Parts: sequence; C-alpha cells; structure tokens
Amino acid sequence: MKHRFKIPCGTQHLKDVRRFLNKVLSNYNLGDIDQNALVLAVDEVCANVIIHSCYLNPDMVVELTVGLEDRMLIFEIIDQGGASGFDISSYRGPDIDKLIKTGKKGGVGIMLVRKIMDKIEMVSQNGKNICRLYKNL
Amino acid sequence: MVNIDTKIEADILTLKVVGEVDASSSINLDNAINNAIKEGHKKILIDGEGMNYISSAGLGVFMSYLQDFEKHNIKMVLYGLNEKVLNVFKILGLDQLISIAESESEAKVLMND
Repeated sequence: MKHRFKIPCGTQHLKDVRRFLNKVLSNYNLGDIDQNALVLAVDEVCANVIIHSCYLNPDMVVELTVGLEDRMLIFEIIDQGGASGFDISSYRGPDIDKLIKTGKKGGVGIMLVRKIMDKIEMVSQNGKNICRLYKNL
Repeated sequence: MVNIDTKIEADILTLKVVGEVDASSSINLDNAINNAIKEGHKKILIDGEGMNYISSAGLGVFMSYLQDFEKHNIKMVLYGLNEKVLNVFKILGLDQLISIAESESEAKVLMND
C-alpha cells in the first residue's frame, strides 16, 4: 500500500509534509531519532524541489508517496518543474569547511539526504521528475 | 513556524528558539543572530529546549556565522537540544564545529572558557 500526499509549491507547506510523514512512519516503530532523520531527508528533497525546480510557483504541485517493499521504505517525491537536469543522486555537495569559510547558508541539505538514505534515484519521464529515496529497515 | 525571544542578562544575550526551524522559518533565526551581532553582543546563548525540528536551512544559518564569530571574537553556545535535533547536527559532524551544551549552566561554563 502506498500512502500519498500533495502540497502546492511553497515552503510554508513543508510542515504539512512532515506531519504526514510522521503519521505514516509512526506505524513502523523506528524510534524518534531515526524517524526524524527520515522525515528530514524527505523534507530536504521537497524543499529543494519547491525552491529549485518549481521556483516557489504556488500553481505547481509536489506529490509524495511512501511505500514499503521487502523491508525497504521507498519515498517518491514527484514534481513537474523545470530543473530535471539537477541530479541529486550524483551530487556530492561542497566541503563543510569550505562552506563555513564562504559564509553561505545553503548547501548541506542534499548531503544530509545522502547520509540518511541508503539509495537515491532520479528519473525524469513524461514531463515529471521523480526522486526516489530508499531506506532499508 | 518558529518564535524567538531574546533575553539579556549581564553580558549574555539568550535567544530562546521555540518551534520548527525549516526552509520557511529559518529566516527568523537568521535575523535574530544577525541583529545580535549588529548590536555588538559578544556572548550569545541559543536556548534550544523548545526547538523540536531543524533542517539544513537552520544548520546553514548557524554555519554561516561561524566565521563572523571568530572574526569578531563572539562566543555562541547552543543548549537544551532534544535528541532528535542534536542528531541532525551530528549527522554532518557539526556538533564538533559548533559549541553545544546539555544545560544552561553547562553552556555558561563553556561560554566563559
């Protein structure tokens, strides 16, 4: 069974994404710390999509699904924005020491996702970008 | 949604952060720290007891001021983080780069080190 949720493209809706995820994940007895980490990883991808793919356009929608297959949690974040060329599955992110030296505020979100999840896939098809995050239970 | 209350006691400014610091609300934390620096505070405590979530946007705010703190001889210590929030700092090793204490009293000791 897949759980589904949709939000308009705005960062003010991220709290609704987290509420949905916490409700779904509470079924899996992950413990507070691990559950929060998974919620964080999905929140980071959603924020990235909202800002960098959909450019905060409130007429666009981000769709989220959560499913379990063979003890593997699979999260899908689906958008129809324009930044299909940005592949977070291969993005390594900057060096933390360098980031601190430049004083930039962004740049560690995808690093968090890569540390938390076991596998990341990006697919662009039929005008949709699908980011799949996998976590072994 | 995040609320930030400020308190000044002797030479220490405390920013009490309550709520969730994410891509939408991190601007409030950013403004509060920026104001503290502009006002010339040299000792800044972040009371995180009421902070129940932080994302990379919030981490980025703290990281972005580390250079300024060093340059202007400002000390900042976070305290009272719950285990979920503390874990987010630990995932990237930021607990080694940012001063984090368990309690207010421990934070004040670190502040005066």
